[in-house]
Order: sequence, then C-alpha cells, then structure tokens
Amino acid sequence: MELEASILLELGVLLLVLTTMSGLAWRIGFSAAPLFLVAGLAAGEGGLVPFTHSFDFLEVAGGIGVLLLLLTLGLEFSAAEFTATMKRHAPTGVIDFVLNAPPGFIAGLMLGLDWRASLALAGITYISSSGIIARLLSDLGRLGNRETPAVLSVLVLEDVAMAAYLPLLGAVLVGGHLVAGVLGSIVAVLITLSVIWLTQRTEKAANWLFTHDDEEQVLFRVLGITFAVAGLAELAGISAAVGAFLVGLAIPSPAAERVREILRPLRNLFAALFFFVFGLGIDPGELGPALPAAFALAFVTIFTKLGTGWFAAGREGASVRGKLRAGTALIARGEFSVVIAGLAVAAGYVALGPVASAYVLIVAVVGPVLARSSDWLAAVFLKQPKPKPKREPGTDHQKQDSVDANE
Amino acid sequence: MDVNETMLPGVGMRYEFNTVKGERFGMIAYRDGRMDLVSYSDDDPDECISMVRLDRTEVETVAEIMGAPRITARIADLTREIPGLVSAQIEVPPNSPYIGEELGETRCRTRTGASIVAMVRGTKVVSSPTPQERLAVGDVLVVIGTETGIDEVRKLISGG
Repeated sequence: MELEASILLELGVLLLVLTTMSGLAWRIGFSAAPLFLVAGLAAGEGGLVPFTHSFDFLEVAGGIGVLLLLLTLGLEFSAAEFTATMKRHAPTGVIDFVLNAPPGFIAGLMLGLDWRASLALAGITYISSSGIIARLLSDLGRLGNRETPAVLSVLVLEDVAMAAYLPLLGAVLVGGHLVAGVLGSIVAVLITLSVIWLTQRTEKAANWLFTHDDEEQVLFRVLGITFAVAGLAELAGISAAVGAFLVGLAIPSPAAERVREILRPLRNLFAALFFFVFGLGIDPGELGPALPAAFALAFVTIFTKLGTGWFAAGREGASVRGKLRAGTALIARGEFSVVIAGLAVAAGYVALGPVASAYVLIVAVVGPVLARSSDWLAAVFLKQPKPKPKREPGTDHQKQDSVDANE
Repeated sequence: MDVNETMLPGVGMRYEFNTVKGERFGMIAYRDGRMDLVSYSDDDPDECISMVRLDRTEVETVAEIMGAPRITARIADLTREIPGLVSAQIEVPPNSPYIGEELGETRCRTRTGASIVAMVRGTKVVSSPTPQERLAVGDVLVVIGTETGIDEVRKLISGG
C-alpha cells in the first residue's frame, strides 16, 4: 500500500487548520462545526488550497461522517428519557414543530426551490443544535435552572422527530412521490418503534452484543452493523443515514453510553471532514446572493425558536428572565442542519447548498451570542431587573466568603 | 427528607432539596460521572448560583469523605448505646501473618469475642464481610467488642 505524499500533505495541513479553528471556537465558546464549514468554503473552488489529490478520500470520509453523526444522534436516545419527556412536554414538541418547520418550507418555495429541497430546508430551520445548546447550558452554569429541563426536552423531542422526518426526506429526495415518502416514513417509524420495543425486550442480548472488555470488539461490531444496515437502507431506497440512525436508536442505554465514548474520537474526525467537504462543495461566489434570504430566514426563525423556548419554560413556571433564557438558548442550529442540507445536496438539490450554509452560519453564531446576553436583553427590552453578577463555573477562581446568616 | 429528582435529557440527573436552614441545594450528576454543586438565591428560585464543578475523581473523593466515616460514625453511635461495647479501627500491618489469608483463618470471634463488622479497603467499604474475604496490607478492620477483646484482635492481626 502506498500513499502519495501529496495526499498526506493535504490531509496533514487540513487537520492542522481544522484543529486551530476548533481551538479558537472552544476559546470563544462556539461550536466548531460551522467553522469547519467556513474552512471548506475558503478552500473550495478558487480558494486558497485546492484539495485535488485527497478529494476522493475526503468525499468518502464525509459520507462516513454523516453516518457517524446520525449513529451518535440515535445513541443519545434513551427510552426512559423519551417517555418521561413525552408525558410532560408533548405540547412543547408540537409548538416547536408548528413554529419552526413551516418557515423553512415556505422560504424554500419562495426562493423557487423544488418542494423536496424545501422540505429539507424545513428540517434545517426546525432542528436546534443539541451539541451547541447542551454545551452552552453547561458553560453558562444553567443546568440547575428551572427552565433547563424544558429546553433539553425540546432537544429530545426533535431528535425523536428525526426518526419520522429522515426516512420521509430520504424517500422523497431519491425521487419518490410524497405518498411514497409518507409511506416510507410510516414504515420507518413502525420499524423504529418495533426496534425500540424489541431492544427493550432483548436488552440483555443487545447489551451483551455491544459490551465487551475489548474496545476494538465493540468498535468493530458497532461499525460493522452500522455500515451494513446503512448499505441495506440505501439499497431499499431510504437513505443510508436513516439506517445509521436506526442502529443508534436500537442500542440500549447502558451499552450505548460505552459505545458513544468509544466512537467519540472517530466521530469527531469524520464529522469534521464532513463539514469541511460540505463547505468545499459550495461555491463561495454563490454565498453572497444567498445572504439576504438567509438573513431574513434567520431573523424569522430566531423569533420562532424564542417563542418555543418561551412557551416551554412558561409551562415550567419560569419567570420572564427564565423564559427568555430558554428561548435564546434554543436559537442555535448546527450540525444536524448541515447533515440535512448535505443529504439534499448529495441527492442533487445543489441550489439548497448556499442558502442553507449561510443560514446555519448565521444562526450558529447569533444563537450563542443571544443566549449569553439574554439577561442583558431582558433588562433592556423587557424591563426586567438585572440579576446579581454571577461567575461562570471554572472561569473565575475568586474566593467567595461563605457567610451563614443564621448563625 | 424530600429530594427532588429531575431528568436532564442528554445530560444526566438533577437532585435538589431544601436544607433545614432553608437554603435550596442542588446537584447535577452528568452521565459521565462529573458533578456540579449549585445553590439558589432566595429572591430568584429559577436561577442557580455559586457552583462548584467536580470531575470524576473529585466526585469520588467527596463521596468517600462523606460516606466512609459515616458508616464508622454510625457504628460508634451503636456502641455508645450498649455499655461496655466499644468499636475500633485496626489497620492490617505489613508484617501481619494473615495477609492474603481468609478472614475466617483469624478465628477472631472465637479467640477474642470481638467481631469484625466492616472492612475498609481504599475507597471501598465491605460491611459485614464474609469469612472468605481475604486480607490485604492497609485494610482497615472495623471491630466491635469489649476493650480487652479489641486489644487482643490488634495483637492477633499484627502477629503478636
């Protein structure tokens, strides 16, 4: 086996650039995914570095990245969390969907996109970034807050909604009719439910299959099953991504945690390459004309997510400040919006690429900024009293006097 | 005591309760074993303040500090209730003849009348150990008995 020096050089430089960017993103508290996309845009046609030698490899790696992203999305699912969430937050899930999916669909039609591409855009505006948001809540020390379970519930319900949405999208993108898509989606949901039901019943067997002292065994088993199922799903006319997602759903909780840990470095690598390749495929020149539409869509969907969070936190009895915190936290879209856009572009709906990436870039940056400044926003726009200054965990080691007022 | 458990999907669990002095205290247990300790101010019960972030080893250390001495403290309480009964902690010295041997080999109760009710090994507490439990250097035996009985156990374990 021989690797060309040029391929190695390209990949080496690429990973060094990506790590610099993700380091930067970590510093300022943003998700790295949109930055990887920007790197791809910059390196693309007429860009700084032409990735001619490693392009074939990068394309395959990007495809694997999508599978791993969806596999880990499925792994996040826990039946216990889902049932508890459904009991308490089902109305929130409905509001979230009704407010956030239609703007994307309507915008797509208005932009003259095919209805299938518009369906993809609906998914892009609907799904908040669980990666960005979970990290944000932890960083800002909000996990103890009253509104937080409501915010996280929205994320759980969106992830589950993907189980119906992805098969539908997969079916219509490969040229099926809406009816076929809906049928495919129903079939997929039934498969999903039976898979979940089955794994609940056969949890021991599934745990046995995915628990092994040797990490290599677990890794190979999971990847083997994922790729095989993804391949079968692709053959069956629903996309490979759906297959990977189903495998993730099917692995029960105790084993899923270990699998997630083992997969993490691999997923990070391939997901980064996917974001990069997606950016690579977009002509930076087309990004400019797409900006006005992307900004308008971002403007609208910032408010729709704000409404979702407001409603969700209100149901928990949170104050105005808490509601605003919840609303702003949900604005960020990220990795899975790019995944959906990637599926549509791969199916030939390239017109979606520029507007989708411009949109994701905008909300991925604006979302965390608004979330961080939500108390300030509440003070300025909603005349709420400013909270006491609060230190973010782990950033400030100022000693605090512990005074017990009762003694 | 009323502990409020809230599921934080994708993150872990949150436990909150009101202390006797009226403060609200919360613990956020991440799925990966990390933990955040938080409290709430009186005027805004929505938002948590002043937090300590503990990583996995720190969580273990805190649990150990709060857990192990409580077991011995409870045994101490017990012995206080019965006159003549005392408890003691005896560390297995490196020169003990029973290292690697089963606890039953010491025939502790038959010879001294005192009972070994727990064994503390590092962070682990084995309460009411079976006679098959093997001794190792540094194990701490929690013994209950009369004053003389406990002295005899000490001698026995150190090979005197």
